[in-house]
Amino acid sequence: MRARIFSHARRGLTRPKHRSPPALRSVQHPGIRAGSSLSQRPDAQFLAFPGAVKSAFTSSLKFSVPNEYPAMETYRAVDQHGEVVDRSFTPDLSDDKVVRIYKNMLLISTMDMIMFDAQRQGRISFYMVSAGEEALTVGSASVLEKGDVVFCQYREQGVFVERGFGLDEFMNQLFANNKDPGRGRNMPVHYGSAALNIHTISSPLATQLPQAAGAAYALKMQRAIDPSIPPRVVVAYFGEGAASEGDFHAALNIAATRSCPAIYICRNNGYAISTPTLDQYRGDGIASRGIGYGIETIRVDGNDIWAVREATKKARELALQDGGKPVLIEAMTYRVSHHSTSDDSFAYRAKVEVEDWKRRDNPIARLRKWMEAKGIWSDAKEKESRESIRRDVLKAFSEAEKVQKPPIRYMFEDVYEEMTPELKEQMAELKDHLEKYPGEYELAEFEGGRDSLNP
Amino acid sequence: MPRPTPPSLRALVRGGKSGAGLSPCMSSPCSASHFLLPIQIQSPRKYSSGGIPPRARLNNPIDYQSTPLLSHTPSSALVSDPSLPEDIHTQPCKRLNLFQAINQALSLSMSRDDSVILFGEDIAFGGVFRCTMKLQETFGSDRVFNTPLSEQGIVGFGIGAAAQGMRAVAEIQFADYVYPAFDQLVNEAAKFRYRDGAGGRHVGGLTVRMPCGGVGHGALYHSQSPEALFTHIPGLKVVMPRGPIQAKGLLLSAIESNDPVVFMEPKILYRAAVEQVPLGYYTLPLGKAEILREGGDVTIVSYGQPLYTCLSAIEQAEKDFGIKVELVDLRTLYPWDKEAVLKSVRKTGRCIVVHESMVNAGIGAEVAASIQGDEETFFRMEAPVRRVAGWSIHNPLLFEKFNVPDVARIYDAIKQSVKNY
Ligand SMILES: Cc1ncc(C[n+]2csc(CCOP(=O)(O)OP(=O)(O)O)c2C)c(N)n1
Ligand SMILES: [Mg+2]
Repeated sequence: MRARIFSHARRGLTRPKHRSPPALRSVQHPGIRAGSSLSQRPDAQFLAFPGAVKSAFTSSLKFSVPNEYPAMETYRAVDQHGEVVDRSFTPDLSDDKVVRIYKNMLLISTMDMIMFDAQRQGRISFYMVSAGEEALTVGSASVLEKGDVVFCQYREQGVFVERGFGLDEFMNQLFANNKDPGRGRNMPVHYGSAALNIHTISSPLATQLPQAAGAAYALKMQRAIDPSIPPRVVVAYFGEGAASEGDFHAALNIAATRSCPAIYICRNNGYAISTPTLDQYRGDGIASRGIGYGIETIRVDGNDIWAVREATKKARELALQDGGKPVLIEAMTYRVSHHSTSDDSFAYRAKVEVEDWKRRDNPIARLRKWMEAKGIWSDAKEKESRESIRRDVLKAFSEAEKVQKPPIRYMFEDVYEEMTPELKEQMAELKDHLEKYPGEYELAEFEGGRDSLNP
Repeated sequence: MPRPTPPSLRALVRGGKSGAGLSPCMSSPCSASHFLLPIQIQSPRKYSSGGIPPRARLNNPIDYQSTPLLSHTPSSALVSDPSLPEDIHTQPCKRLNLFQAINQALSLSMSRDDSVILFGEDIAFGGVFRCTMKLQETFGSDRVFNTPLSEQGIVGFGIGAAAQGMRAVAEIQFADYVYPAFDQLVNEAAKFRYRDGAGGRHVGGLTVRMPCGGVGHGALYHSQSPEALFTHIPGLKVVMPRGPIQAKGLLLSAIESNDPVVFMEPKILYRAAVEQVPLGYYTLPLGKAEILREGGDVTIVSYGQPLYTCLSAIEQAEKDFGIKVELVDLRTLYPWDKEAVLKSVRKTGRCIVVHESMVNAGIGAEVAASIQGDEETFFRMEAPVRRVAGWSIHNPLLFEKFNVPDVARIYDAIKQSVKNY
């Protein structure tokens, strides 16, 4: 149980031995800290500097040395052999639900392999697999509510599946066909779903993080205005590389100061394209930063779906306490795959490193072992599930591939709510041009052809 | 775990290379994956922007193997650019593509000047576009190193290093990702000298390189060409080369320059553009345009990759309309060679500006306004200045073909320009 306790930010890295005097406690209350009131008893051990209200005086001149602090612990409930290591842990799911979650992990893994190969064949332009990170995404999403709002980075297909994104929806986006809500504008894997409250993925890294704080603030305000709205949180996923962006720091700080019910989930998979974590940061991972921003933080074994679930469940509770607050989860894992279809990771890491990881630990295998030990899974069920999932993926694949491309008109729409006179002119100009030079363009594949450009 | 791959897919994949492409963020147009198009598949669908119809007369792919804009023989390399230094004639040449030419420029400048340092995301292993290959091995990890993933950090770091006398060459992985560094570039790099005044301190040692432009499937965030955002900023020099020879000479000038330079590399050319490049150290002048083809009837002003598209359109238009078109490569987009452009336009009386990025408030607007603002030029105009550029939209994956200027659109602009007036 000890390990499941979130590190309380206010205890912080300096771990003051003394409790703050009662008079000063109110000063910490969010929102009413009066920076200029420094009244205190003459013999106080603490001086209420406006910027450090609980700092005790010391007469020893000593710098804090990062590596004198133990690394933050990593919580796990079930180890890589599928054995329960947290004695206080009891699964909160029926067997059926566990199987459903397991199948979702299998599904994204199967889809990944097929789509990776499809890119190699030139049938889609790009793809990113999430091998090794299935427990992290499926597990965390499995404890969220439908009304919660999610921001992803790009390697979170597990979140989409778990929230109900269908194979057809994945495929429509990947093929950028006429059923793709992105209207054929985005690169593959830039999924989004208004119905499932997942914002559309944006390539620029970490931009979603301060947005998540603002979105969480909005949810909080909306509930204050209308208490009949159920409590909701925002969840934002990001990589440990993205956490180097200024936006990450801005996000945590503003989320903390505005008490935003936002859960920040870092997928620490050891790499940002070719850059290993040693080039990325020198502190204790991403988790230690949460403490610095005054945010309750936990580090979990991202390959243990139970640990991820327990941590996210608890994080959601915390995020909704005390009028809302941000929580940081750092889920440790390993990017088993190449960064994307455009990457050959063996240009910068040894093949054996990857092979070792695969052998040592695999989130899907881990849950499978747990299920087998419990007697709810078997080789036969495994085989049958994999086959039927594979059939489903291929079926969705070929259906989506057949769908026509969206109308050309979509290129001019949604820049603004209303098409501007300038855009209308440009659309007319393009139409004229296509009429003048019919032999120069293949238009039949786009729904409505040239006519979609009519005013 | 078995890889559940459909049989038709499996055969194909096993035969191909595994890692393939160059850029981990997107496959570059010439990455291996594009050579793996299956024969077995009945109707391979083009995923990007409308295929070229078989009967196209104008919109055919650029043939980089034969375009006269590249020097295919050593002898043409030596005379290709009048601004090449004299001693260029004694240099041996080698066939290099654009990323290799950049790599060579970086290498030469590091050998010559110990104060040159190189850094950016993923550059240690060669960079996602391979421009920094082998440089860390050669020059050591103190001078060539990965940075954390933070563009504002990268450029701010470069400004600090340059302010203290280093020649800092920073790489931004894609021009689309330069915006976190916008504050550092606009408020710091551009104003450093101005702010310090008599102190004379400046960040001229800073060069910020970034790949830019469309490749056919980059969509919103792997296609941008944000040069006009930087040409609006006095204090920055903005450069975009059209090929390997130019890239090498201009980059060496940029690194030598005592003003900060934003150096934009059309990424579609990294592999596509190959030419004979003089192997030694040489520089090409910043702030000077180059006339690539002389003509008396229309001036086309462009830069970067669209120059190739312009040339295809010009060749056809010249045949069809019996005219001669002058093609000008701006090379440095700011401070730009207004004199060369106005001189050409005074001669031809007609001007078309072609660029890939959005037409609104783009380079074309500045060129057109400068023409109309110069009496001597304006009164010689026989036709309105035309702009062929991206529409005022974001670059959409499937519709890039209809967004980026193509041969037919440029051809039509020439036709409109010379007709009716
Ligand atoms: C602002 C910005 N800079 C650079 C990139 C290019 N880029 C795409 S993914 C990536 C690495 C991200 O690593 P990480 O956040 O650890 O996520 P992972 O890929 O490991 O899931 C980089 C540098 C980008 N998309 N956005
Ligand atoms: Mg990572």
